[in-house]
Amino acid sequence: MLKVAVMGDWDSIYGFGALGMDTFRFDEMNAQTAGKQLEQLFHSGYGVVYITEWLAERIPREIESCRSVPGKTVVLIPGISGNTGDGIRNVKRTVEQAVGSDILFGGSDNGNDDR
Amino acid sequence: MAGTTVNPTRMELTRLKNKLNTARRGHKLLKDKRDELMRQFLIMVRENMELRRKVEAGITAANRQFAMSKSSMSEEAVRVAFMAPRQEVQLAEGDRNIMSVEIPVYTLKTRTPDKNDIYSYGLAFTSGDLDDAVRELAEVMPDMVRLAEVEKSCQLMASEIEKTRRRVNALEHVMIPEMEENIRYITMKLDENERSTQARLMKVKDMMLENAHHYKEREEEYAEEEMKAEALTEAEEQAGR
Repeated sequence: MLKVAVMGDWDSIYGFGALGMDTFRFDEMNAQTAGKQLEQLFHSGYGVVYITEWLAERIPREIESCRSVPGKTVVLIPGISGNTGDGIRNVKRTVEQAVGSDILFGGSDNGNDDR
Repeated sequence: MAGTTVNPTRMELTRLKNKLNTARRGHKLLKDKRDELMRQFLIMVRENMELRRKVEAGITAANRQFAMSKSSMSEEAVRVAFMAPRQEVQLAEGDRNIMSVEIPVYTLKTRTPDKNDIYSYGLAFTSGDLDDAVRELAEVMPDMVRLAEVEKSCQLMASEIEKTRRRVNALEHVMIPEMEENIRYITMKLDENERSTQARLMKVKDMMLENAHHYKEREEEYAEEEMKAEALTEAEEQAGR
């Protein structure tokens, strides 16, 4: 059984706590330690970590290193301050990686399908 | 081939030919793998994008609701309300194999089956907006789990596709042409050797025949005899006159 964690600023994540996910709060002061925390989580039985786009922006290297590793699922979610579009951009990057260029959602930044 | 040295031997030729066959077969297989992976990936990435949009919209709406509820409650009250969650979620992890890429399959398991366990607070000191917010978030949760599953699958498949594409390209544009070039080089070298051996053998045969039958000496003898005969006939003709 895998545990589920949510990382981000308190305002964005406390609701997930009620649903039964484990919340880990970070603010501007300790955002840099989030990378280490992320690694630790994966080593202590967590399989999926939801992380707010705001926090993800601060630890891009750690998130990148989890990308192609099976068992380390990091999913970006919008925070209380709104949607930065990083999640959608991530999906586009995946398409670019696989196809060579973004032929599916190309151009439109909000990810609207241009078919 | 420039930069590499190839032994122009038959053994090397056979080895290279076998290697080329394997490379061709591998190339075909990898190409098929890449195509199928790509097909599956495109289906999955569309779902990924759809789910992501849905989840983001859901979470944003829930967040808005949370903000609303906070406006009618004190910060402390909210914190107290969420201090001791009653529900607990875990994921049962399975896996599915798509063209040798192991992709995760998550099944959501809650600690208690009661849907109302997500409200971890008494209703006396909290606003109704908070309930709505939590409910909205709970409604998004199955999609969130599915999103995690699909997004990870897409990432894993994308990196596998990238790897496979590199391999296919390396085989198609580097390995196979190089081997063909080497095989051509060896064949030509061997043919050349063959021809020079044949020429040498013909020469040797001539020499051996010469040694055995002394053709040249005989020819000289014939020539001498002929000259003598001619001289004789000439002398007779003169005498006849």
